[in-house]
Amino acid sequence: MDQTLELIREARLMKGNEALAEAAIRAGVQAYFGYPITPQSEILEYLSREMPKRGGIVLQAESELAAINMIYGASGAGARVMTSSSSPGISLMQEGLSYIASAQLPCLVVNVNRGGPGLGTIQPSQGDYFQATKGGGHGDYHLIVLAPASVQEMADFVFDAITLAEKYRNPALILADGALGQMMEKVELPEEGSLEYPEKSWATVGKPKERERNIITSLFIQPEKMEKINLELQEKYRRLKEEVRYELVSTDDAEILMVAYGLSARICQKTIDLAREKGIKLGLLRPITLYPFPEEAVASFASKVDFYLVVEMNAGQMIEDVKLSVNGSRPVFHYGRMGGMISSPEEVLSKVEEILETQSVSNTSTGR
Amino acid sequence: MQINDSIEGLELVYQRPATLTDTPFHYCPGCGHGVAHKLLMEVVEEMGIQENTIGVAPVGCSVFAYHYMNIDMQEAAHGRASAVATGIKRVLPDKFVFSYQGDGDLAAIGTAETIHTVNRGENILIVFINNGIYGMTGGQMAPTTLIGQITSTSPYGRDEKLIGYPLKITDMIAILPGAFYVTRQSVNTAGNVRKLKKAFQKSFEFQKLNKGTCFIEVVSNCPSGWGMTPVEANKWMEENMFPYYPLGDLKVPRTEKEKGSNNA
Ligand SMILES: Cc1ncc(C[n+]2csc(CCOP(=O)(O)OP(=O)(O)O)c2C)c(N)n1
Repeated sequence: MDQTLELIREARLMKGNEALAEAAIRAGVQAYFGYPITPQSEILEYLSREMPKRGGIVLQAESELAAINMIYGASGAGARVMTSSSSPGISLMQEGLSYIASAQLPCLVVNVNRGGPGLGTIQPSQGDYFQATKGGGHGDYHLIVLAPASVQEMADFVFDAITLAEKYRNPALILADGALGQMMEKVELPEEGSLEYPEKSWATVGKPKERERNIITSLFIQPEKMEKINLELQEKYRRLKEEVRYELVSTDDAEILMVAYGLSARICQKTIDLAREKGIKLGLLRPITLYPFPEEAVASFASKVDFYLVVEMNAGQMIEDVKLSVNGSRPVFHYGRMGGMISSPEEVLSKVEEILETQSVSNTSTGR
Repeated sequence: MQINDSIEGLELVYQRPATLTDTPFHYCPGCGHGVAHKLLMEVVEEMGIQENTIGVAPVGCSVFAYHYMNIDMQEAAHGRASAVATGIKRVLPDKFVFSYQGDGDLAAIGTAETIHTVNRGENILIVFINNGIYGMTGGQMAPTTLIGQITSTSPYGRDEKLIGYPLKITDMIAILPGAFYVTRQSVNTAGNVRKLKKAFQKSFEFQKLNKGTCFIEVVSNCPSGWGMTPVEANKWMEENMFPYYPLGDLKVPRTEKEKGSNNA
């Protein structure tokens, strides 16, 4: 009885942005640096209200440029740190993220993706997939990228992203979108204080007599050294593959596999229900880690399904990773809307039916 | 014969501070960076704060400051040293934190960070080496380049009608309420070297008070970038830089003023 009450109390109705912000405090984030931008300002606002009361540091920077470099400094000094922004602000952070990746500093970055390019729109989008998963700034590097699809995951993935960032000494990005940030859902918040602080012997906290000085830098002027650092980074990205996460929905008997993440994955879940009423055997693979990408899992369906359909809120970005995984062994189609428009489950189903029609025509013509 | 044999029986009156590594400076002959490094590290040693000091190196000729300064250090992106220093100081408020920046770094690409760091009154020391030129990239025009001064990107001399006036950013900094101590010094003479050292000492003392940012401009030279010998460069600096960037205190804490102290 008491336990049930406890659970009810913990299950709150919250906006995605606020759930994420509260989770950050519970995950032991010691300092937050950010700059306002819609549709994620609630994160900065929530933390401005709550962090001072709960012993954390929050600072509204003069720009995203300054914010990401404060993150560099504070992370280099050993603190658990986080920033958040939306697309244009994340673009401004790219130089800093490249430095952070090179200097191998852990931090959490949140992108509540809005429609672009340019100043764009404040409505939800997945147009930043390339930027998020391919590095984003200059040089050969990757962020660890997690894509939540619910308010619950907005909270949970804060813990996961920080754990991964600290384990691999690499920046981790939560790639959400304006809808996930703004919508309200029931959420059970993770327990405060459950994430331990790892030892950071490399941090610049002041050099005691007995140890060599610690240096945080991304400058390796000799090409031999710079190559070595690059090889180290690539080795880390290979090890990261162990952390691949994805979810399968109705794939046991699926003849068509949709691949979608975040909000698009939720839309596809509805499409599955609609399709199955019509006898179309649709399934869904939802990548949870966008980097590392679940390439083996995606490829494993090539022998089971007739074709793939990648559903995204962009012109076709993740489809490139799906195609690389499938490697030409099955057709891969795309459906997406851009500029802040959200596809309906019915639209996605129409696309499936349209492909089925052209497929059957081409199948008869090729005699397959 | 070893150096130790040759100095046997002699009294040691001067040596490299333990806060400097034994890596030889890469700076050009006559450049002010080396002197400024040494003074800063001497002060850190004399105050016994090596274990509690964290420095931030910029992008510029002093990008490798951490090769020489034997303390924990971070290397910042071009212009962002004061934001990096802010991040460090906010999570380690009891430590001494400084950034060390050139004029391109601090007064061009990093202007916003510089102004807002001081405006927040971050309790750090900002050391600003003003040599009127971009040294590291080979002598291009800086925001502080004087009118008429020839550089590789102002080959006909800086023309204020095209590119504006040399920026007196230290004067702008001094009017900000977040600035606690603002001074302009140089390293061209033994006397000025002593004054700069005193300014460093005061800044670290002030940092303990948590009253705001200390900002020290060092008007310096760039013999290579200016195309002069070290002696010519110092003379040119005295005759041209000092009149436009006059040495002296721009802002001293009230208690200092009451004591009538003037470091200039
Ligand atoms: C974003 C970016 N832009 C440009 C550069 C190239 N760059 C390196 S140092 C420098 C100028 C440094 O001049 P200054 O700050 O005056 O320092 P000095 O070298 O004279 O000591 C420039 C433009 C860079 N590294 N990063």
